[in-house]
Formats: sequence, structure tokens, C-alpha cells
Amino acid sequence: MRNGLSWGAGALVLVGPLLVQAATLDEVRERDQLRCGVNAAQPGFSALDDEDTYRGLDTDVCRAIAAAALGDAGKVQFVPLDSVERFTALQSGEVDVLSRTTTWTSSRDTTLGVNFTGVSYYDGQAFMVASDLGVQSALELDGAAVCTQSGTTSELNLADYFRVNDMAYEPVVFDSPEQSIGGFEAGRCDVLSSDASQLYAQRMQLADPDSAVVLPEIISKEPLGPAVRQGDDQWFNIVKWSLFAMLNAEEMGITRDNVDEMLDAEDPDIARLLGRDGNYGEGMGLPADWAYEIIRQVGNYDEVFARNVGEGSDFNIARGLNALWTEGGIQYAPPVR
Amino acid sequence: MSVRPQARPAGPKPPFWRDRAKRALIFQLLLVAAVAAFLLYIIGNTQANLSARGITTGFGFLNNTAGFGIVQSLIDYSSQSTYGRTFVVGLLNTLLVSALGVLAATIIGFTVGIARLSPNWLIARLANGYIEIFRNIPLLLQIFFWYFAVLRAMPAARDSLSIGEVIFLNVRGLYLPEPLFESGFGLIPLAFGVAVVASIALVIWNRRRHEATGKRLPAGWISLALILGLPMLVLVATGVPVTWDVPELRGFNFRGGITVIPEFLALWLALSIYTASFIAEIVRSGIQAIPHGQTEAAQALSLPRNLVLRLVVVPQAMRVIIPPLTSQYLNLIKNSSLATAIGYPDLVSVFAGTTLNQTGQAIEVIAMTMAVYLTISLLVSMFMNWFNARVALVER
Repeated sequence: MRNGLSWGAGALVLVGPLLVQAATLDEVRERDQLRCGVNAAQPGFSALDDEDTYRGLDTDVCRAIAAAALGDAGKVQFVPLDSVERFTALQSGEVDVLSRTTTWTSSRDTTLGVNFTGVSYYDGQAFMVASDLGVQSALELDGAAVCTQSGTTSELNLADYFRVNDMAYEPVVFDSPEQSIGGFEAGRCDVLSSDASQLYAQRMQLADPDSAVVLPEIISKEPLGPAVRQGDDQWFNIVKWSLFAMLNAEEMGITRDNVDEMLDAEDPDIARLLGRDGNYGEGMGLPADWAYEIIRQVGNYDEVFARNVGEGSDFNIARGLNALWTEGGIQYAPPVR
Repeated sequence: MSVRPQARPAGPKPPFWRDRAKRALIFQLLLVAAVAAFLLYIIGNTQANLSARGITTGFGFLNNTAGFGIVQSLIDYSSQSTYGRTFVVGLLNTLLVSALGVLAATIIGFTVGIARLSPNWLIARLANGYIEIFRNIPLLLQIFFWYFAVLRAMPAARDSLSIGEVIFLNVRGLYLPEPLFESGFGLIPLAFGVAVVASIALVIWNRRRHEATGKRLPAGWISLALILGLPMLVLVATGVPVTWDVPELRGFNFRGGITVIPEFLALWLALSIYTASFIAEIVRSGIQAIPHGQTEAAQALSLPRNLVLRLVVVPQAMRVIIPPLTSQYLNLIKNSSLATAIGYPDLVSVFAGTTLNQTGQAIEVIAMTMAVYLTISLLVSMFMNWFNARVALVER
């Protein structure tokens, strides 16, 4: 017995805990591909189009990161994840970045070993009900059965909202948005509750979109944004600034179409962003034209928003909170300098 | 160890590595130590990696407030309860659907298995059709069928199907009246207990008397009358101290009474029907494993047909049936984790789903969940092994 123990102890001392933590940027470059965790089917944010390509706001964030890190927005492998497995996939290194309508909360930021890099979409939780119920306000929902998704902040907000307003409810919890909309259509629940953006998308998927209405109450703050693993500040910066580059581009009026003309612009802010003056990619291990590549291949925030969820899409969601700070919203990116 | 017939010749004791018994012991200890060291290393490594990545570990989260609702709970639960309580709620829901599933699957399985051997052509073909259909469709699809296909056909709450305006069935589930017991009701379970004890005594006494004198009473019928009749008698004598809480439509849905949620119904039906098709085949093979000569011999002793089955065929068939039956029970219990697909709040859905995701403590939660399934399965196996040993053929 003593023999065995000392052998075991010896092996422990020899090998020690194996800490595997290479720089994410190096891994991505070596693989020549970015692995991005996204929704499997959430139209507007991440869903397959007719050509089997993922389209949406979240997937365009992934493309922007790939454009910055690899110079090619096409080098992204999209990994569809459901809400229960998303953090595990990020923690275990299965994906390099998680861009999957994930709400930034304190506990997720501090206990899961992940860091949120910013907010790509300011959202809030809402309720959708069948129009023929004649419900006008969420406060009339006492006793309702509510379909929602497992492992989301919606599930928690729902419990708080009904408790605070002294109402009873019956939670019907599904794994995926497709199943929860299925339960709503089958009449299993009176109410479907989720982030407002998702409800608008799900309403469009109903056989008859007019059969349901989204109630006006927004019961929570849901800042959605990309997240990365803790402990790799370089990669954290790359993901954070990929989003900021798109916001700054919108503010400066740089678009996919005029980015090449803008290369010769006099404006020093534009020159710095596009890498004509100084090299602001260097600190992240990126080339000077990192932001230029994002804008040329993906576009600025306004273009991305419009084609996926805004006026260029089926959903026609107003910019609202997601407008730039100069236009009454709260989207604000720090300057490049 | 081998017994040496003669005493060793006297001489110096051989060194321990020459002694086969000691050597075997040392190697076994070495192996155990190596496995233990490996496990320790894995645990230490995991902890070091998790803390290096800033991921919280430990079981402290079980005392935190859960903050989410659960649709079906056998114990008091609200969104203010702890994560530890969500574990118990999920576990009880898993046990509920598993226990009722095992019960229903056994009843359906034995019925269909015997029907399969029926001399009646139609009954035998029907049983055969049942087995072939339900055995060969994946369980998950059957669960979806019962949930989405059957559920959609149900009426909305306002147009519920009802039986006598006390039982209601609609798309939200099955609503039953709930008995509310008043004081004095305690006598009824007491009467039931007395009846059960008396029945057992009667059966034992009857068997002894039968062996001694050859005379016997129809003990089965007397026991049944006793077990049903005595509590009924007490119930009437005490003036029926029960009131019923009948569900009634208020607002969105029925309130009051007992609600059986459709997720439970769908899962229970699918699990029972699927597993019953396997049990039916096991029962058929068990009965067919008894040589026909046994039946003929029993008939030659002029035993009536029901006694031939009860005393000759079934006891021998059970020996063949029980071991594979145990595996089917274990399968059913483990398959109940498919609940998560339709949102039935079982252990996997509530604890390894929502709780895992809200706390992010995947390793602890998954380890606890696996330990639960392992424990339940081992307990069922132990019980079935004990039962098997009891019915096994005693070789004389």
C-alpha cells in the first residue's frame, strides 16, 4: 500500500495540474477559421437562409471578428448551440466566441469564467398572447400558462414579475425556441415570453402572424452581446473592438460602399480607424487595416442592423435604444486613437 | 487458496514475493492505489483548471435562491426556494413518472404478452401488431407524437371535455377533483391497515390448514372483500368525512382540484406503451420456454387450468422473465430523462437543465444527476435480484 501511494503522489508532483491555455488568436490563425457559437434558428439574429448560410445580427458580429482576426469574413464556422449548452461550449473551448443573443448579467460575467465584451443589441423581455384573448396588459395575465425557454434570464424574470405583481402562473419550459413556439401554437400556453426581438421573429413564423400580439410591457433589461473566455485579454480586446469598429464606422458615415473612398478622407478620426494614420491594430496583434476589413466585408452597425432586423428585413424593428448616442439611442463606442 | 495436503518441510520461510497469495494481494493493492491516485489527479487537475479560468466550483450554490418556477411539484416549491430544493423537486418528478411507468408497462406488457399466445386469431394478431409497431418506432418520436399530435387535438380550456362536470380534459391537461380530508378520516387508513394484516394472516393460516387437512377456503376472495369492505364500512360509519375540491374555470384556466399536466400524460403514455411492447415479448418467451410436457403432466394430475398456470407454468416462467424484465425497468427509468424534450420537469430538465444553466456549475450538477440515476438503477437491480433469487428454481 505504501508503495502504491508514494507512486501516486510522485506522479502527481511530476505532472502537476495541466493548464491548457494558449492564446486564442494564435489558435484561430493556425486553424484559419473562427468558431462562433450561435443560435440554430432565430431569424434576424442567426438562422439559415435559402442558401444554407447563417444570416443575422449575431452571425455578422462573428463575421466582423473573423474579418479583423483573419482578414476574411467568410472564415467562420458557425456552431449552433441551445441555451443550456452555450456556456459549456465556450468554457470548454469548443467555440472561440459566443454570439448567441446572450444576456449580460453579473453572475454570468463573474462566476462562469466568461467575459462579455459589449452590447450588440439592447433588448428587453416581453409577452406575446393570442389576439383573441383580448388581453391589453401583462398585468391581466393572472393564472396564465407561460411558455418560455429553459436556462434563460427570461425564466427568472418571469418568476420575479409574477411574484412581485402577486399573480399566479404556470411555467411551461422548453429547450429551444422552435419547441416553445410549437407549445404556444398548440395552445399549451396562453403566453409566450422571451426577449422582445425574439418574439417579433417568432410571431412572423406563426401560420397567421395577426393571430398574436406582443404586449407593450417590457419587464427587464436584456443587454445582448458576445462573450469570450476569461484569461485571454488580447482576444477579449479583439472581440470588443470589432463591435466598436462597426459602431464608430456608422458614426463617421463609413459604409461598405464608400469605405474605399474614405481611405483618402481628411478626417483624422477616419484615417485612424481605417489604419491610414498609425497602427491601432498592433496592440491586439492585428494588422493596421483590421477595421477597414470589417467595414469592407461586413459593413457598419447600421447596415448590419438594417439588413438583419431593421427596415431591410421582414421584422422592421426600429433602432430605438440601439440607435447611436448622437441619434437618441445608447449605442456608444469609445474612440480609436 | 489451495490447501496443501502435507505440512511443509521445516526450513527457512520463503521471502514474501515467492508466496503466490501475498504477491496477488500486493498487486491488487497496487492497482487500487494507482486507480485512486489517478482519480485524485483528475479531480485536482479539474479544480486547478476551473479556478484558473475563473469558474466557481463547490456545492455552495445549492443553498442559493433558485428564482424560477416549476410547473409540477410534489412538495412545496416556489421561485423563492433554493437550488437544492429544485433537485428534490426534479428527483421526485422523475421517480413519479418512472414508478407509474413501470406499473403501467408491467400491466400492459403482461396482458399483451399473454394475448399474443391466445388461441383466438384476432387477439393474437392485434397483440402482435401492437408489439411490432411500438417496439420499432424510436421512443423520442413516440413522446413527440403523444405530446404534439394528441395535444393539438384537445379542445381549449373553455371547450373542455368533461365527465359529469367534475373531471375536465383540455389542452392544458387533465383536471380531477381533489379529496379534502376532514378530521376523523384517519380511521380509514387504519381500517385499511387492519384489513391487510388480517388478509395476510388468513392466507398463511389457510395454507397451513390446506397442507395439514387438504381443506381450504377461497382466501383470495375473502381477502379482497376484507381489504375493500372494511375501509368502506368505516367510511360510511364515520359519515364520509371527505369533501371534494372540484376544479372550476376561472380566468385563463381551471383552478382548484388536481391538475395532471399534459407533459406528464404524454411522457407516461409513451414510456409505458414503448416499454410494454418489450415486456410483452419477454413474457411470451418466458411462457413458451416451459416445455409443453409440464402442462400436460399437470393436466394429467387433473389440476384445473387456472392452477396449471398458477402453480406450474407461471412460477417457472418467472425465472426466465425476471432478468430481462429488470433491464426493461432500468431502461424505462433512464428513458424518462427524455422528458426534457417536451418540458416535463424531471431531474434532467429542472436540475441538469435550468439549474445547471443558471448557476453554470456543470460538473457538480451533472455529477449529482449521474449519481442519482446510478443509485436508482442499482437499487432497482438489487430488488429485482432479490426477487429473482426468491422465485429461482430450487434445485434439490
